[in-house]
Amino acid sequence: MEKRFAGRSAAPGVALGALLPVANGAGTRVASGAAESEAEALRIALNAALTELKDLVERSTHDAAAILEFQVALLEDDVLAEPAFSAIAAGSAADHAWLDAMQREIAGYEGSDDEYFRARGADLYDIRDRVLAHLTGSATEPTVPPGAIVAAVDLAPSRFLAIDWTRGGALVLTAGSTTSHVAMLARSRGIPAVVGLGVDLAELSKLGLVDAHRGLLIVNPGPAARAQFERDAEAAVAARALTATAATQPAVTADGTRIGILLNIADPRELADLDPAVCDGIGLVRTEFLFHDRQGLPSEEQQYLIYRRIVEWAQGRPVTIRTLDAGGDKPIPGLTPVGESNPFLGMRGLRISLAQPDVFRTQLRALTRAAMHGDVKIMLPMVTQPRELAVARRMLDAEVAALGAAGIPGRRPSLGIMIEVPAAAIAADQFDAEFFSIGSNDLTQYVAAAGRDIDSVADLADPTQPAMLRLFRCVVDAAHARHIDVSLCGDAGGDPRAIPRLLAAGLRSLSMAPALVGGAKLAVAATDLSAVVESESWPT
Amino acid sequence: MTTSFRHDPLPTNTMHTGSALLTNDVGLHARPSVKLTQLAKRFGANIEFARAATGPWVDAKSPVKVMRFKAAKGETLHFRARGSDAAEALAAIVSLIERGFATEAESSSLPPQG
Repeated sequence: MEKRFAGRSAAPGVALGALLPVANGAGTRVASGAAESEAEALRIALNAALTELKDLVERSTHDAAAILEFQVALLEDDVLAEPAFSAIAAGSAADHAWLDAMQREIAGYEGSDDEYFRARGADLYDIRDRVLAHLTGSATEPTVPPGAIVAAVDLAPSRFLAIDWTRGGALVLTAGSTTSHVAMLARSRGIPAVVGLGVDLAELSKLGLVDAHRGLLIVNPGPAARAQFERDAEAAVAARALTATAATQPAVTADGTRIGILLNIADPRELADLDPAVCDGIGLVRTEFLFHDRQGLPSEEQQYLIYRRIVEWAQGRPVTIRTLDAGGDKPIPGLTPVGESNPFLGMRGLRISLAQPDVFRTQLRALTRAAMHGDVKIMLPMVTQPRELAVARRMLDAEVAALGAAGIPGRRPSLGIMIEVPAAAIAADQFDAEFFSIGSNDLTQYVAAAGRDIDSVADLADPTQPAMLRLFRCVVDAAHARHIDVSLCGDAGGDPRAIPRLLAAGLRSLSMAPALVGGAKLAVAATDLSAVVESESWPT
Repeated sequence: MTTSFRHDPLPTNTMHTGSALLTNDVGLHARPSVKLTQLAKRFGANIEFARAATGPWVDAKSPVKVMRFKAAKGETLHFRARGSDAAEALAAIVSLIERGFATEAESSSLPPQG
């Protein structure tokens, strides 16, 4: 019996495969408080992870097996967990002890001057997360077969990254959000994803057909649905070939205007296997990942090493790194306030950074040091008034001076602002910034007073409605008057349907998830700027 | 770990030493490290290596420690081994490094492993 469930598309594409429900990896663990049982918990998790890895080796291709065998060798070596067991003996909880020990091990790799050793840090992250999953009991479903449709209530980013997506598959979430980290990762990897299905996970089994263009999941699809899938899949293959070719070409409109194409990334692992030549730089590095996956706040050194890796990947192209944008839908325990009645209108973005200057200064120092390795631009999120920018600039200049006085190599990055608060968009000309980047996701939500995550009003949050296009034009004009760069880094920037209108509004630089580059370049090529006029009519 | 064979009268516990130049492209990287430690573990002897003949010494049977060591192409590794099969172990290890970490079956047909 065919059953259809409607949700929201979080990443486009179609897929047909076995539905695999996975338990919600909440990833929380209650420590026993006794060193003996904590040590035992870690031992059990290490063994389970090792068994699982060996099982994976058995079922892997030759190349994948060689990589996994390296992980097996490290995990079999008692030396790896020694510091964790020492910490447990000294009173640490098992998961904290393991994370700390692995963080130090990973820092050793990432601090290497040798690119080969730095790259192996990714294996260490894998080991860390695999053991952690067993420790927190979130690894109830040990492996996901290739091409499966993973079904969950919501999925942790590390869980998504642990799944091998190289042979297709799709993601369906009964809850979840299109703006979540995992949704961004799915878009970035080109994995079809539908979220907000609003059904019981137990209903999602057997064969599933995901039509993420229409935000649909069809369980036990009938002949008609399957025939439609075949057509969609064929079209997708053709489109992929086309976009893959387009991705390697510069973005030029039909009338010959060169458009800058930048990448949005939420995790440096997204850059693996990606050729920097497909883009003109990175338009948005979200730094929240640094604050989510680990215990405590990341040190200046940890941040510096990761920023440096990204900057080196870009090979001289500009890299715009956004300072911590916590709050709103991205709470970080210990940093963001608890119990705000409306977190989207409360302490978030730069507001938190200015209230927690030590955390902010650490990030500014790490960014200044990373700027030695390339063209780093610092972007401040949620700026509302010019005085906030002025305070941040004074803090940056002070940190640059302090590093210089201490003889630590660094270079002052340019300092720009994300335009996502309507007040900043309307009065953009008042901001003495070195560049603007329009954050169209939040700007649209704030202007339309409608959340994209709220089904019943999501239609109102259209980033190409006239009010938005007027605002974009206003920001572009302000940037031109100030002779500074302006780009757009919301989801609209990678949406082929929105791109002609964004270009018509005067934008010449767009930032998007890596998987969207090819499609965006095709949309750019199809746009004739001498023919399009700025739309002033409401979409029907 | 004892320090020198002169303090140890048993002939089977004589310290054997050897050295080899890392010629493979990426040094003692992931797969070479796994091959080295797997080979070392086939012997009962205690096997260690270092950048200088005077140490500091690293356990050649621990992949974690070998990776922490981060030996690059062009470095000379000094080995020392103690145990009844120490001489055999050293010969096998030096041979592995000189083959560029290709296993014996691979060494005739494949380029050095990375």
